[in-house]
Amino acid sequence: MLNKKRGRESADIDGSSLADIAFLLLIFFLVVTTIDVDTGIGLILPPIPDDTTPPPPVRERNLMNILVNAQGMVLVNEQPAAVANVRDLVKEFVDNNGANPDLSESPSDAIVSIKTDRRTPYNVYIDMLDEVMGAYAELRHQASMNRFGVPFSSLEPGSERREVIQDMYPKKISIAEPDQG
Amino acid sequence: MSKFKKKQANTSQTVPTSAMPDVVFMLLIFFMVTTVLREVELQVQIDYALAENIEKIEQKRLVSYVYIGPERLGAGRMGETKVQIDDALVDDVGAIRNIMYDKLLEQPRLIVSMRVDRDSEFGIITDVQQELRHAGTLRINYSTRRQI
Repeated sequence: MLNKKRGRESADIDGSSLADIAFLLLIFFLVVTTIDVDTGIGLILPPIPDDTTPPPPVRERNLMNILVNAQGMVLVNEQPAAVANVRDLVKEFVDNNGANPDLSESPSDAIVSIKTDRRTPYNVYIDMLDEVMGAYAELRHQASMNRFGVPFSSLEPGSERREVIQDMYPKKISIAEPDQG
Repeated sequence: MSKFKKKQANTSQTVPTSAMPDVVFMLLIFFMVTTVLREVELQVQIDYALAENIEKIEQKRLVSYVYIGPERLGAGRMGETKVQIDDALVDDVGAIRNIMYDKLLEQPRLIVSMRVDRDSEFGIITDVQQELRHAGTLRINYSTRRQI
């Protein structure tokens, strides 16, 4: 009797193939995983204006008009410009602090308006926006270095220091509706 | 001499492998958690524009994508520029307003990421942006790749 019982197969499951199964699953997930972080240029659209409230008045000097036509040519405040020069023009305009009567009064008043044609190629528009963003990034970096001695990119998102710099140079970018046709 | 020999004989030469399944499981669980199985079948062709001053969007669950580009007709042919949201092409641009408004109700901090083909014309993007403004989804992102 006792002998017979001992002869029974053991009750545990063989665990040695578990690692193989786990490896197979691991390889499957390794292959299908794409760790892609979405990167891009963030922007806040303006809300649809009410008909009842008129738009706030903006002084001419605080507005920088950038016009891009269907051929990808750029006009900055009625002067033809190359895309590569836009960054310096924006920096000069925003960081004027009232020195030049034709440029902005202060960085927080400055508004950069980008107007395009309906047939403007998208990548020209993105290049344009990239230059404007680059100008702001450089200004913020400079302000952060002067004030705190650390680059702007090293300030924690949501931290007080970062907000101080962001308030100094708020990104006021307006995307004007293009002309028809 | 004999002392050295003794020492060698006593050390075990094998690496313990009993913890290997645990390590493998840990890796497995990591990849299972980070994996996003392809969520949409793209019906439009998109070559991303390149830019230098770009930001990362960390909170992926806030993002909703709008794809704009020439329609894929099969056999490598390209049709007209179309707008795709989720799995379907949106023929009537005016319908975007309702689609986005419903998404905004589900996720109040919605970010709309525009994945636009670099050769598109800006007119259609303006139309879509107008619809987004009407829907109240004001946070947008132009999806671009880093310029090298």
